[in-house]
Amino acid sequence: MLKIKNLHASVEDKAILRGINLEVKPGEVHAIMGPNGSGKSTLASVIAGKEEYEVTEGQILLNDEDIDELAAEERAHKGIFLSFQYPVEIPGVSVTNFMKTAINETRKAKGLEDMPANEMLKLIREKSELLEIDRKFLSRSLNEGFSGGEKKRNEIFQMAMLEPKLAILDETDSGLDIDALRIVANGVNKLKSKDNAVIVITHYQRLLDYIVPDFVHVLHNGRIVKSGGKELAHELEEKGYDWIKEEVKA
Amino acid sequence: MELKEKLISSFLAFENHVDIDSPIHDVRSEAIKIFETQGFPTKKEEAWKYTSLNSILKHDYSVFPKNENTIEYNDVKKYFIHDIDSYKIVFIDGKYSSHLSQTTHDGIDVCLMSSALNKPKYQLIIQNYFNKIASKDSLTSLNTAFSQEGAYIQIPKNKVVDKPIQIIHFSTGNESALMQQPRNLIVVNENSHVQIIERHQSLTENPVLTNSVTEIFANKRAIIDYYKVQNDNEHASLIDNTFINQKQESHCSVHTFSFGGKLTRNNLNFYQNGERIDSTLKGVTIIGNKQHVDHNTLVHHIEPNCESHQDYKGIFNDSSTGVFNGKVVVNKEAQKTNAFQANNNILVSDKASINTKPQLEIFADDVKCSHGCTIGQLDENAMFYMRSRGIPEKEAKGLLMYAFSNNVLNSVKIPEIKQRITKIIATKLGVNIGFDL
Repeated sequence: MLKIKNLHASVEDKAILRGINLEVKPGEVHAIMGPNGSGKSTLASVIAGKEEYEVTEGQILLNDEDIDELAAEERAHKGIFLSFQYPVEIPGVSVTNFMKTAINETRKAKGLEDMPANEMLKLIREKSELLEIDRKFLSRSLNEGFSGGEKKRNEIFQMAMLEPKLAILDETDSGLDIDALRIVANGVNKLKSKDNAVIVITHYQRLLDYIVPDFVHVLHNGRIVKSGGKELAHELEEKGYDWIKEEVKA
Repeated sequence: MELKEKLISSFLAFENHVDIDSPIHDVRSEAIKIFETQGFPTKKEEAWKYTSLNSILKHDYSVFPKNENTIEYNDVKKYFIHDIDSYKIVFIDGKYSSHLSQTTHDGIDVCLMSSALNKPKYQLIIQNYFNKIASKDSLTSLNTAFSQEGAYIQIPKNKVVDKPIQIIHFSTGNESALMQQPRNLIVVNENSHVQIIERHQSLTENPVLTNSVTEIFANKRAIIDYYKVQNDNEHASLIDNTFINQKQESHCSVHTFSFGGKLTRNNLNFYQNGERIDSTLKGVTIIGNKQHVDHNTLVHHIEPNCESHQDYKGIFNDSSTGVFNGKVVVNKEAQKTNAFQANNNILVSDKASINTKPQLEIFADDVKCSHGCTIGQLDENAMFYMRSRGIPEKEAKGLLMYAFSNNVLNSVKIPEIKQRITKIIATKLGVNIGFDL
């Protein structure tokens, strides 16, 4: 599904990713861990198509198509979803209206008619129940005045609504208490299938107790320096990142 | 002939048509002298530093349209808020159109300035209110000199007017260029409540210049909601001079929606003559091409315990230009004043510009006054967020700009107007947003 080959990316001429290689197949869950500043969020943003980041070398292939030239919305239409570490507040646009717009624009891009209103309502009801979201919440302005946990839950609600092929969860666990973490993880697990894939970006192992990865990669200085199974996450939790840094030096 | 000279000589012709023995005529004669001395304002004057009238004064305007003209309701229906019942005072090329209007004398007066100026039964009100708060600047004086037609609205005590009043001016292009000077007088007495919608609409590409003066008196505990819909075509220009005198505990709001026109200047002045008064001034400006919109506001806090709320949003595309000049004066006696002012702008294009200037003159020491103005581009993070959800750039921009102007619409009390304005905004922003606005 996703193949990243020797990816180099920079922002304002500062190189952040320095040769990433990663392959994600349908049905897989990959965790990307690493110390602060290692390039985790940059990798997420580059895959999602943030324009400030410039790919200087290498390729991102989605189902064997190079997506470098595609705008963020086109990548979304092809099934890439990024759950933001810091979801943006958009006063004046309700959660519901935002989702209607996103879904219908995606359908338009695929040559489909707008989703009928009753179908939309049904979908919203179903997915908000999955994330245990109060209906009142849906008529509030997007992310405005939401608590950290509400913002993250809302991100996963959007993911549930859009049903992406590849979901990238950027630090979705930060700012979540344990109950919210369970709800979010439960939502993600229910959405998982053999046809879609998830990349979980996290600093801590905590979320990975709930969303169990098939592979764990450690990012350091813009490169994946170590990959392994889910036990690698436990090892990192116990020993921190210093030993990896030492290993890289050696 | 220069427009100034033409107007001065037209005044002599005008005197042949009106009763020059009436006391109003002394006011007119006085006013034309002021205009003659001062002439049209130029950029040398501080209040006109960023707005030049040169481009709109060069036309050879007809000051008195020759022919009466009619238009069919169906052809202009869309310019009315037609989905609600309303009183209507409609003018075509400056002349009253009885067949498009719906006036009343049943308990309230919704009628014509020309009758109010001429009929004895209105004399007392005219004497007490006419030209009492209009300023003596040159443009207002020019209007005063030619004051003859416009809307006259008088609401007696304890009356909630049952439906909104629409004041609409159409110009048909019958004249190759037309100058209109409507003069409105609105008196709302104690405890009464009225909603008014004002619109100017040109139906052709012939240039139109409207220099309008509206005097509004809100007596004790009166509530007035006034909506100015400025969505004219790009051959029509408007100078709107509105003066509002508020007595104690009255609430007045003016919402100005500026989307159209070649040049629009709003001189909006509030005078708070009483305690516990609330004044609201809100505006949304969305323009492009070479359009120019200038908001020049004044709120004068004269007595204690009053509030004023100003919130103007502007979105400027192409080579459009905007001006916001918001003056708040708090007299020494006006303690416990709460005065808020915000002016936020988005420049969509590199060629667009906005000059924004808050002016606070505070002579009292126990007041809360705040002002803030911002000029910015659209938030890149918000754009990426929306696009990452599959919303294309253009729609994302539109949605963000809609959201930006949205909170000004929250205080609009007539749902049909809110709906209409949000539709105009969506059209203006060129987006088909995926939900009903």
